Amino acid sequence: MSDPSPLEARGLVKRYGDLVAVDHVDLTVDRGDVFGYLGPNGAGKTTSLRMLLGLIRPTEGNARLFGRDPLVDGARALDGVAGFVEGPRFYPYLSGRRNLRLLGDLDGGVASSRIDEVLDIVELRDRAKDRVGGYSHGMRQRLGIAASLLRDPQLLLLDEPTTGLDPAGMRDMRGLVKRLASEGITIMLSSHVLAEVEELCNRVAIIRKGRIIYEGRLDELLESAGGGYVLRTSEPERARTLLLAHGIDGAELEQGEVRFQAEPAAVEAVSIALGQAGIGISALVPRVATLEELFLDMTEHEAVA
Amino acid sequence: MTRVYRWEVLKLLAQKRTYLGLGAAMIVPLIFVTVLILKTGGPNDIPLGRYIRQTGLATPFVVLFFMSIWAFPLITALVAGDIVASESHNGTLKTILTRSRNRGEIFAAKILAAFTYTAVVVFAMGTVAFVAASIEWGFNDLTSLSGTTVSAWHGLGLLAASLAIYAWPMAAIAAFGLFLSTVTRNSAAAVVGTLMWALLMQLLGVLPGTESIRPYLLGEQFQAWHGFLRTPADWTPIVRALWVCALYVGAPLAVGYLVFLRRDVAGE
Repeated sequence: MSDPSPLEARGLVKRYGDLVAVDHVDLTVDRGDVFGYLGPNGAGKTTSLRMLLGLIRPTEGNARLFGRDPLVDGARALDGVAGFVEGPRFYPYLSGRRNLRLLGDLDGGVASSRIDEVLDIVELRDRAKDRVGGYSHGMRQRLGIAASLLRDPQLLLLDEPTTGLDPAGMRDMRGLVKRLASEGITIMLSSHVLAEVEELCNRVAIIRKGRIIYEGRLDELLESAGGGYVLRTSEPERARTLLLAHGIDGAELEQGEVRFQAEPAAVEAVSIALGQAGIGISALVPRVATLEELFLDMTEHEAVA
Repeated sequence: MTRVYRWEVLKLLAQKRTYLGLGAAMIVPLIFVTVLILKTGGPNDIPLGRYIRQTGLATPFVVLFFMSIWAFPLITALVAGDIVASESHNGTLKTILTRSRNRGEIFAAKILAAFTYTAVVVFAMGTVAFVAASIEWGFNDLTSLSGTTVSAWHGLGLLAASLAIYAWPMAAIAAFGLFLSTVTRNSAAAVVGTLMWALLMQLLGVLPGTESIRPYLLGEQFQAWHGFLRTPADWTPIVRALWVCALYVGAPLAVGYLVFLRRDVAGE
């Protein structure tokens, strides 16, 4: 029998009265994935993560972490799992080190050297004796990662880990996530910083109004929306007319550019025809959809899957 | 479990409100002794009040009587009403609930920590009152409520026993505070609610027409220590306090436990 997936959710539903916050969500995170969980604010990302960690009870459905259900197996279901939801929270009146000691003790005890190690990883050792109440937002985020690493997790759940960080902090956090992923830790991170997801993740799920509208490989998603070309010329209107005359029906003018879909052979023929017609080409490039374009298209319009 | 309990106590020790209550419990007897030193007369109309200048052993009993009305309930409510609600409010509840401990363990540790605090506060008051009063009036024999004389050392044993039995109805107040703290998730509401409940329990005891239920009201159990100071000891109020308070402790904790076990821990 194969090992259970680090994370599997089937038919997760969470209702608050008439409001359906999460609506039959299915998710699978495989070993080694850096899985991006995307959605606009209020789409149900954090509620889903809370259910995955056993912090709230699903109205329907179930979640399994390495085959164990947090509602059935209790704290044991979180063995090998760590992370935070809605930002890490600590006792402000205790130092960073004391907070880590407390959390380590709740996990059955932790060596001081291990606390030093994780503080080094997140570069907080020099501030470890200070009270968390005096930490910046970025320092708390990093302490949250340190607290997660104390558990030697195989699966890390991070809810918007870079939210509220300055550019340098975001860069450092991305570097840390990459490093942890390269060490073999499976990571699920929710985010609406799409460039970050594009940089870090190999698989994504997109949630909209509580429903998953896409789950799969990120590269496949980007390819599926690829194709098309952008033509920049000094005479866009003439160029468009020529394209239409050559049977490229969807050619459109957008922001002074001509955008169209065509097979490579047709593009070659059209480029020659443009030259022969005396229409100068400053650029003719394949158009690659960004995750942001796809995300906005999927979340502001109808579901695609 | 020991580790979780230890951390609950350490968290209490790191918070100002803990020292506020503990400090009040220690300062009140000091003020009481100072006032008696500076003035003549004394609280002659309350149990042991007339013997207050005969021995340092009488003062803790008198202060106990005064503080039971609202001071001790307030001190207990300050901590018990906050112990779950503050974690909900600060978001640290989700931090500790995503570690390797079940909710039951966390709740049990909070109960024990709140009870520990309550007992420490009661004994701290008793100790400070006894030491301060003994310095001024000496460690002499004590006159019991029956009018008999008991030796100073025997009196000290009676004081320890009285503080212990007094801590039991205080534990009932702590239990109610913990219950409100869990259910309301609001520290201020839980603290005020607990204090109001404690005062209501005492008010019920003095209302006409409540004579038949009076022995079973929580307010009445604050006087159970009188049983130790009779000759021979009157065990009836003591035994009754033990089981009546057990009900007052058990019921809110059972409901609080179930709520804590099943509640959604979402953004507060």
